[in-house]
Amino acid sequence: MDETGKKVGLFVPCYVNDFYPDAALSTLEVLEAHGFDVEYPENQSCCGQPFLNNGMIDEARPLADRFVGLFADYDYVVAPSSSCIGAAKFRYDGVTTDARYPLLRPKLYELCEFLHDVVGVGNLRFDCSFPRRVGLHNSCHAIRELGLAAPSELNISHYSKIKAVLAKVEGIEIVEPSRDECCGFGGTFSVQEADVSAMMGRDRIADHIANGVDIMAGVDMSCLMHMEGLAKRDGTKMQFVHVAQILAGRVEGNSEIEDQREEF
Amino acid sequence: MSGRFPPMDHAKNAAEFTADSERAHWHDRALWFVRQKRDRAAKSVPEWESLREAAETIKMHTMEHLGFYLERFESQARRNGIEVLWAADAEEFRHIVAEILREHGAEKVVKSKSMLTEECGLNPHLESLGIEVTDTDLGERIVQLAGDHPSHIVLPAIHMKKEDVADIFSKYLHTDPDNADPFYLTRAARDHLREKFLDADAAITGINFALAEEGGFVVCTNEGNADLGTALPNLHIACMGLEKIIPSAQDLGIFTRLLARSATGQAITTYTSHFLKPKPGGRLYVIIVDNGRSRLLNTRHNKALSCIRCGACMNTCPVYRRSGGHSYGYVIPGPIGSVLAGAREIERFASLPFACSLCASCDNVCPVRIDLHAQLYRERRAAINVPSYGEKRRLLHLAAWVMQRPKLYGVLMKTVRFVLPLLPRALVYNRFNVWGREREVPEPAKRSFSEIYRERR
Repeated sequence: MDETGKKVGLFVPCYVNDFYPDAALSTLEVLEAHGFDVEYPENQSCCGQPFLNNGMIDEARPLADRFVGLFADYDYVVAPSSSCIGAAKFRYDGVTTDARYPLLRPKLYELCEFLHDVVGVGNLRFDCSFPRRVGLHNSCHAIRELGLAAPSELNISHYSKIKAVLAKVEGIEIVEPSRDECCGFGGTFSVQEADVSAMMGRDRIADHIANGVDIMAGVDMSCLMHMEGLAKRDGTKMQFVHVAQILAGRVEGNSEIEDQREEF
Repeated sequence: MSGRFPPMDHAKNAAEFTADSERAHWHDRALWFVRQKRDRAAKSVPEWESLREAAETIKMHTMEHLGFYLERFESQARRNGIEVLWAADAEEFRHIVAEILREHGAEKVVKSKSMLTEECGLNPHLESLGIEVTDTDLGERIVQLAGDHPSHIVLPAIHMKKEDVADIFSKYLHTDPDNADPFYLTRAARDHLREKFLDADAAITGINFALAEEGGFVVCTNEGNADLGTALPNLHIACMGLEKIIPSAQDLGIFTRLLARSATGQAITTYTSHFLKPKPGGRLYVIIVDNGRSRLLNTRHNKALSCIRCGACMNTCPVYRRSGGHSYGYVIPGPIGSVLAGAREIERFASLPFACSLCASCDNVCPVRIDLHAQLYRERRAAINVPSYGEKRRLLHLAAWVMQRPKLYGVLMKTVRFVLPLLPRALVYNRFNVWGREREVPEPAKRSFSEIYRERR
């Protein structure tokens, strides 16, 4: 792996910074453990996705410009989120005024995508075991925007970069739900269409429960935050973690549900 | 046109649908079943994705040369003895159909499925002139008897359970109200429709594909009702939106292979009927309707004109399956309906581009590869400026203003993280907290990642 020592800019989604710092810390640890010089540039903000998704280009522009400006000089930019990376990668055209954007674009990676495509599955070393049955949440932007796995609608060969990376953790059993379907988060969709959104989320959780799963992992904390909120309200026994937390060995490997945030 | 109707609110309509959780789940499962059938059918064709690309290319080409192909169709059809008429809008279309029926003294009409006639309000118009119109597609007949509207373009009565049908049929077809056996009900509809077919003075059909080179057209049904309807009367009026044209019969196979597999998972529709000329002694009319379609040419909605009305985007849409077709308040529901409605009248349909979680599943099932979710994403730029979204726009504008000042945002969030756990539950879950209506608010971390990172260095 001659990529070792390359400079990686860590992008941490705004809500992850304040609500799920362990997912970000795990991402940092995993990248460092694989030999990268990781930096978290100060003064990061939102990638602009909520504004882009609501057609508010003028509001998104300064945020897109900030993102491009902060990350343009890194060899790679990695984030524990497919949807923020998707926004920066596919939705900044005609939005950012920064001329460096076309050069930055191919350097943007979601964590699993980076581990799979840049580090290479054969070079992955995770110093932990996780002997649990994990329900994989395949978020839409990971599957249908970044192409991290084959979407069920297409007649193409099956693959999943997320599963390939996660499967490198010793003892893990990965279970996918019966439906390849949106969880209903969708950013502001979750409040604009609150009732449909809640029904979609509960249906996803039920699908995982039917698989005998009590822990769900995904590459987007936002989807998981939505489902976690529903599960907590309903008193459903389900733990929600970012894939990075398992890769970094920061989730208890036994089935006891513990709040990983306690230590902060 | 605009301003005639108040804005519709998809979220409000959807909430009414999801309130009956059992029924909403039944609706979702029924359509997911169709989506799974579609997947199996699509995966049984090794060249499926190439077929979709070919269909996309042919449709885009045809739309780029729409004038040429429509005129070619007109001249070829006339040569075959078909009378071709043009309608600029719904009103002209209704007038033309009524005039033809009047000329021929037709009082009883059988009509096979045509979303165009629904779009143009043909039935109520003809009925107001004393003409009896019978929809002969089973689903459409159920909806018609119920005084309802289709909630899906391929499965018009998918929002009704068999018990609902038993109830409606008992009123109009005098069946046993307690017998909801589908076979029993279908037999009753069949007997009833047979009489209508025998009595009809005229048949109206839709058109799935008009063939420019041959001057003929193709009608696809599963029930054979278009064929039964056109068999006896000497008058056949076929109606098409102007986007239904394809260059020639050579291209047809690509679309017939895609259409039924995408729609219901069948290899092909049970009946794929070709019409080339009037039957001996009969009259055959084709009415080409614009009604706002040509306005979409060379706009960001261009690709929406490629739609072949298979309904696959509805079956796969997680929102449509859980909110029902009527929640869209437009003749065509689901992702393609949201695109078309928004393109037609954004002020009224501004909530439709937002009735989408941007999951993009619709793009992947669309047999002609319409960029549905990207169109809805772009359409939000127009939708957000509609007056009814003023409050949302102001809130987001304020959020962006804060986000553009990371230091201020950091202080604010630190305060939130500190204060939130101290607040009484009733204050956090107040009536403005839409997130918290069904969900718990995430637990704030004691320290943010940026704080942890700084200490770690």
